[in-house]
Amino acid sequence: MSNPNPEARTTPVSTAATEAGEGQKKTAEASLLADAWRSLRKNPWFIISAAILLVMLAMAIFPQLFTSEDPRACFLERNRQTPSAEHWFGTDIQGCDYYTRVIYGARNSIAVGFIVSLGVLVISLILGLVAGYFGKWVDAVISRFTDMVFAVPYILGALVFLNVIPTRGVREVAMVLIIFTWPTMTRLMRGSVISAASTEYVTAARALGAGHVTIMRRHILPNSLGPVIGYATVFIGIIIGAEATLTYLGVGLQLPAISWGLQLSDAKPYLTSFPHLLVFPLLFVSLTVFAFMTLGDAVRDALDPKSKKK
Amino acid sequence: MTRYIIRRLLQFIPVILISTLIVYALVFAIPGDPIRALAGDRPMSDAVREQLRQQYNLDDPFFIQYFKYIWGVFTAADFGTTFQGRPVLDIIQQRLPVTVTLALVATAIQAVFGVIAGILCTIYKDRFIDRLVQVSTVMMVALPIIAIGFLLQLVFGLNLGWFPIAGNREGLVSYLLPAFTLASVSTGIIARLLRGELVDAMQSDYVRTATAKGLKRTRVIGRHGLRNAMIPVVTFIGADLASMLGGSIVVESIFNLPGLGEQVYRSISGQEGTVVVGIVTLMVIFFVVINLLVDLLYGLLDPRIRYE
Repeated sequence: MSNPNPEARTTPVSTAATEAGEGQKKTAEASLLADAWRSLRKNPWFIISAAILLVMLAMAIFPQLFTSEDPRACFLERNRQTPSAEHWFGTDIQGCDYYTRVIYGARNSIAVGFIVSLGVLVISLILGLVAGYFGKWVDAVISRFTDMVFAVPYILGALVFLNVIPTRGVREVAMVLIIFTWPTMTRLMRGSVISAASTEYVTAARALGAGHVTIMRRHILPNSLGPVIGYATVFIGIIIGAEATLTYLGVGLQLPAISWGLQLSDAKPYLTSFPHLLVFPLLFVSLTVFAFMTLGDAVRDALDPKSKKK
Repeated sequence: MTRYIIRRLLQFIPVILISTLIVYALVFAIPGDPIRALAGDRPMSDAVREQLRQQYNLDDPFFIQYFKYIWGVFTAADFGTTFQGRPVLDIIQQRLPVTVTLALVATAIQAVFGVIAGILCTIYKDRFIDRLVQVSTVMMVALPIIAIGFLLQLVFGLNLGWFPIAGNREGLVSYLLPAFTLASVSTGIIARLLRGELVDAMQSDYVRTATAKGLKRTRVIGRHGLRNAMIPVVTFIGADLASMLGGSIVVESIFNLPGLGEQVYRSISGQEGTVVVGIVTLMVIFFVVINLLVDLLYGLLDPRIRYE
């Protein structure tokens, strides 16, 4: 995978420097992506996690495809049944079909994951780029501020903050998670901007009279994006786990929302008598988190020309 | 070196102040009059109310309240009192041993299992054991901690009945499942980290020299390879100890361990602001101080690092 890459990494410089055609740049980018795709296709972890994710995403967007039942159609006379041919995952305390509830739970979890990861990505790109590129006092201010938020464990911060908010939906939980989780990715971005900013092609671009914005946008950003994009995917997984944890602790999403975290927290008192109520949502959370994290790792490896599998 | 330590200490003062301020602001943003809550349904005279408000500094502006609090913490280890009149320090002293025990057992588990797995991977590189460890570390790192906790509870606590699933009445045994839960992610990371470092080290010149001298393979790995490869592992373990105090909230509430994390969780839902702030402030201070120690340790372990 190493062959076409040096070319891909340096071509944007020459195009920008000469202000030459956009076409050349496009082919260069395509070759980097094509190269990443080639190495991804051979990675079994990528295949497994991508397959799981496709199913989970389909579940989040079109839950009707997987079940014809209504998740809110609950009948107390059939409550707490163990799995059977009629109810694959059994029924819960209210007598709802548990399979349907678990399927419909995918949407909220994955929505929180995507919103938070996207929000944190935007914050990290801006702060990391500014801090890493300008350095000196700008960097000092941003880095110290990052340290301060980083020193508050995010589960703790979110727990305290969410407890103050009386009604909590996907939006509120996502906002609070963004507030407490951005430092890690910002540090990562800052690091990779610093290493991109000290390269010769940036010096060359500056010598040719390129402005700050041009240098950041055309030279530094494309070359420091790889690890951050990979981490953003891993991060979706981390956040889905965090949302389930917070909801389980009673400060995340609230009824009547349907979510895996709520199912876990409802199932906890029945751990010994009806373990199936715990097992199924747990299985789905674990699979989703696992798939995002593994996919992110694979993408990060594929996008980084320097990482070679040992 | 001394200058470096002093500079780092000075840098940490604002970090500690602002991060504890964030927590303080969050907790005391909870709306409602705590004094009225204390009185409940019973009538309370204005004089008593005034006196209580004075006692808890409730009439001061927010920042003054905060500075009085943080001053008390650092000069007299005074973490305030609960509204029932019990000192928060008392609660901390009662609960701290549980969390510390949990964190230490978890650290021991991840150090032992992570390092053994990493060494095995290097010895049997690209063979079955290596592949097995690699696959299982991917799983361990990628599963949410809550899932691992419930899984261990179901399998080893409930089905096999080997370990107690809740509380800490049976001594050290009851800490094993929670500690394994808390340690699982880091064990996977340590195994992978050590494997990477050790495989690199085994290809370096000094290891080749050691092998050429005719040393046994165990000695080559143990005395020469491992020494350098362990540096990032040791610092990782240290840094992880700091974040474990935060992770203890989830684990302690899954396993009903009466530690600091479980107390924080309970106090948040019970609106006991002073307890939350007290414990969280303590955790933040731990976190920052341990991270500083880890940075210094790094310099001691690796003489190539120089502090300017």
